[in-house]
Amino acid sequence: MAAVKFEEALARLETIVTELETGNLSLNDSLKIFEEGIKLSKTCLKMLDDADRKVELMVQDKEGKKQLQAFTLDHDSDRGT
Amino acid sequence: MHVSTPSVLTVTELTTRIRSALEKTFPETWVEGEVSNLRKPSSGHLYFTLKDQTSQIRVVLFRGIAQHLRFDVEDGQQVIVRGRLTVYDPRGEYQIILESLEPKGIGVLQIAFEQLYAKFEQEGLFEQERKRQLPLLPKVVGLVTSTSGAAIHDMLTIFQRRCPVIHIVISPVQVQGDRASVQIAEAIRALNEEGRVEVIVVGRGGGSMEDLWCFNEELVVRAIVESKIPVVSAVGHETDFTLADFAADHRSPTPSAAAEAVSPVLGELIEMVMIHHNRLVRAIQGEVRLLRHRVMGARRAIPDPLLWLSRSVQHVDDLDRRLRRALQTLPAMLRHQVLILQSEVNRLSPRSKIQQKLVLMSQWFQRMTKGIQGTLVIKQHHIVSKSEALQNLSPLSILSRGYSILETVHDGHVIRHTQDVNPGDTLRARVASGQIYCVVEKVEPGP
Repeated sequence: MAAVKFEEALARLETIVTELETGNLSLNDSLKIFEEGIKLSKTCLKMLDDADRKVELMVQDKEGKKQLQAFTLDHDSDRGT
Repeated sequence: MHVSTPSVLTVTELTTRIRSALEKTFPETWVEGEVSNLRKPSSGHLYFTLKDQTSQIRVVLFRGIAQHLRFDVEDGQQVIVRGRLTVYDPRGEYQIILESLEPKGIGVLQIAFEQLYAKFEQEGLFEQERKRQLPLLPKVVGLVTSTSGAAIHDMLTIFQRRCPVIHIVISPVQVQGDRASVQIAEAIRALNEEGRVEVIVVGRGGGSMEDLWCFNEELVVRAIVESKIPVVSAVGHETDFTLADFAADHRSPTPSAAAEAVSPVLGELIEMVMIHHNRLVRAIQGEVRLLRHRVMGARRAIPDPLLWLSRSVQHVDDLDRRLRRALQTLPAMLRHQVLILQSEVNRLSPRSKIQQKLVLMSQWFQRMTKGIQGTLVIKQHHIVSKSEALQNLSPLSILSRGYSILETVHDGHVIRHTQDVNPGDTLRARVASGQIYCVVEKVEPGP
């Protein structure tokens, strides 16, 4: 999935729905944007179902490079180590 | 009487004595007054006069202390200073060398806040036009806060509850104390460089003004302003305002509120998408239905193709037949010649002239008949009147008056003279009512 933003996808979906509901398009164009709309709604729903969700802590290693490590609330107050 | 010689001091000796007397008597002195005649030479030391209604005293604030002041000293400020009294030998003037200086009445932090606010506002850092919109659904949210304390706990709980698909990156910092502002500014930059973060929340839970002070510091304000990613401030409670709040793209009164501001409710978004999805499907179904109607309508408008076809076939057959006949009758060469001749004939044909003449003729004919008819009518009248006159002249009408006409029987010759008849001839006498046959007895010529 490209770096498409949710609200952009949703806004495009809205435009498509409105266009389709107005019904001023040729059958060909209607079908084309209908397909795009279906794809967009799937993309949106997929964004709302991200199984890879994590909470990460940004820490510095010895060389001063930033690294991410998993974070849970039990982690508490041992930052900087 | 013993007269002692007065002991004569040098100026320096006297000044030294005065100074030590002063310094012993006023080792640490608190004085309050109004700042005036403030001078800030490039050395970094501050010089001013502290005065009240009737008196004034010179004051010196050395650079080492001046640079740690949290607010700027200005003429007219009411201040409380602490310092020791001394003498400035070269001028013979006494002055206070300050160890601390605070604004009187309002706290030092308050005045510092106001001064910094004025400065940043002047720079336009708080302008409304600078504020960016927050993403509706950020994939990754960066948090700049302490990992200990209630704030982080509250925020993570809210993210989990409202929108458990949002990825969180925490950049841990101290949120109070000397190091805090440096760390916060650095964390904001680090999250900008991280690459995925779409919105940053900077904040901490409640505390005293002193505790929250780092969120008023220039480093933090500038880091927020320079952030490429929208920043939400979430410092303390509802009533706490920090300069970070003014600089941020969005101010949330508390960390919890900030978490809500950047996280949509997942269920609502799903519903929104589903609504659009359903509208999409309904719209295309409607369109297809409409098109089906149109197709059906169009099909009805097309005449029965079989009928149409058979008619066309018939027509083609007819043409074909005629063509064949024509081709059969006329060999190609002849046909060509015939065509040429035909056009020649057409060219030479008097048909059109005849046509014209015919038209003329018919016009003449019409005019003629009209004329004739007129004449005829007149003549008819004439004839009628004449025939009436004739009627009166007719012998028949004379007969009705009692006359008769004698004529020979064999040739109808009218007898006018005696010599026209001999005795014994049979004659016919015409009377009005008929004829009488009679025989001649005697002929007597008249006198």
